[in-house]
Amino acid sequence: MKTNAFAYVRADTVPDALRLYAEAGEDARYLAGGQSLMAALNFRLDEPSTLIDITRVAALRGIVADADAIRIGALTRHADVADSAVITAELPLIHAAIGHVAHPAIRNRGTFGGSVALADPAAEMPACVLALGGVMEIAGQDGTRHVPADAFFLGTYETALAPGELLTGVTIQRPAPGSRWGFAELARRAGDYAMAGLCLMIAPDRRDARVVFFSISDRPVRARAAEAAIIAGASVIEVAAVATDGIEVYGDLNAGIATKRHYASVLLRRELARLDQQEAAA
Amino acid sequence: MKVTMTVNGATCSGEVEGRTLLVSFLRDTLHLTGTHVGCDTSQCGACVVHVNGRAVKSCTMLAAEAEGATVATIEGMADADGTLSPLQQAFQDHHGLQCGFCTPGMVMSAAALLAENPKPTEHEVRHYLEGNICRCTGYHNIVKAVLAASGQDLPAVAAE
Repeated sequence: MKTNAFAYVRADTVPDALRLYAEAGEDARYLAGGQSLMAALNFRLDEPSTLIDITRVAALRGIVADADAIRIGALTRHADVADSAVITAELPLIHAAIGHVAHPAIRNRGTFGGSVALADPAAEMPACVLALGGVMEIAGQDGTRHVPADAFFLGTYETALAPGELLTGVTIQRPAPGSRWGFAELARRAGDYAMAGLCLMIAPDRRDARVVFFSISDRPVRARAAEAAIIAGASVIEVAAVATDGIEVYGDLNAGIATKRHYASVLLRRELARLDQQEAAA
Repeated sequence: MKVTMTVNGATCSGEVEGRTLLVSFLRDTLHLTGTHVGCDTSQCGACVVHVNGRAVKSCTMLAAEAEGATVATIEGMADADGTLSPLQQAFQDHHGLQCGFCTPGMVMSAAALLAENPKPTEHEVRHYLEGNICRCTGYHNIVKAVLAASGQDLPAVAAE
């Protein structure tokens, strides 16, 4: 037994969860898939007073698509996102990225919303949501509010979620037909956190571009200079040259700042070159 | 609090704390010590069991979360008379274990793989077992054992 002693309570509905949090206070934590939280507790990196188990809130599970958008319920497990025909067909960026999220046994428990709400700067799902311009649906005592991904990720493990608020789902507009996408990451070992990672979305005729790097800063970050260069019709080499311009890059145990800048640029160059080849072949 | 779940086909109940991990419940309360604890942080895979048919790491799941679930552990793999399952037999035949510490998790992960993909390629086996670490580094024979258990021709897919 490695965790501190905490109270365990189970919520059956979202209002139930919010009420339990209000009763327990700010030292309470919501328990979703637990694949980061339980490890953190076993390390005693966190010592909550209460765990509010939301895993049985059925309304938070599942993927729903309508004509314009796809909504991924916060408690949809990574394995179910990976198996979803809608995600595979409509949001192939997420389908490609999800195989890089840890290992099969972890994907069987870990949840999409848990990963987004935790906002680990090295995680794939927050970067995908940012690249796809997702909108977070957040439940709180005062009702539901919506926050776009651009305003959601604020720092390492820091988001726009206020204490007690619960991420209930993420809505993503269907990319325009003919949009191109790319995903790549560099990790020392399969299943490990990336040393640098890239999510890329380019609208038809380069009308728009979203270039997101993860694991190089304190949060998933948009590469605005590279986006502008893509839209302006710059070459692969020119875009890659400005890959991390304007981004505050952080080093970690695996790679220093200069190395991360280099990796990010290489990933962008490779993916853009691959897309160019794909387009030329088509 | 009291938890009740089905473990290897039998209904099991016990008193747990909120913080009791599923692996602790299995080992300390039910005395099913085949499931091992390696890292307590989801990295090594020694604690893999099946919950409702899916492989999970029992060191990062609370016993309370498994209330009402169907759990399968390594103890349920062999027949009651001790006859090994084909997968376990393949681990023995192909020397898929050395010290044996990782073996319960390896077998449970491999069983989950074969349930969803009965004829995996060598690459698929290696990819699926990413979350199971063998510190004897006996991976080649573990992969061979899983491929043999899948009924495939080993020379055609043998580890390099």
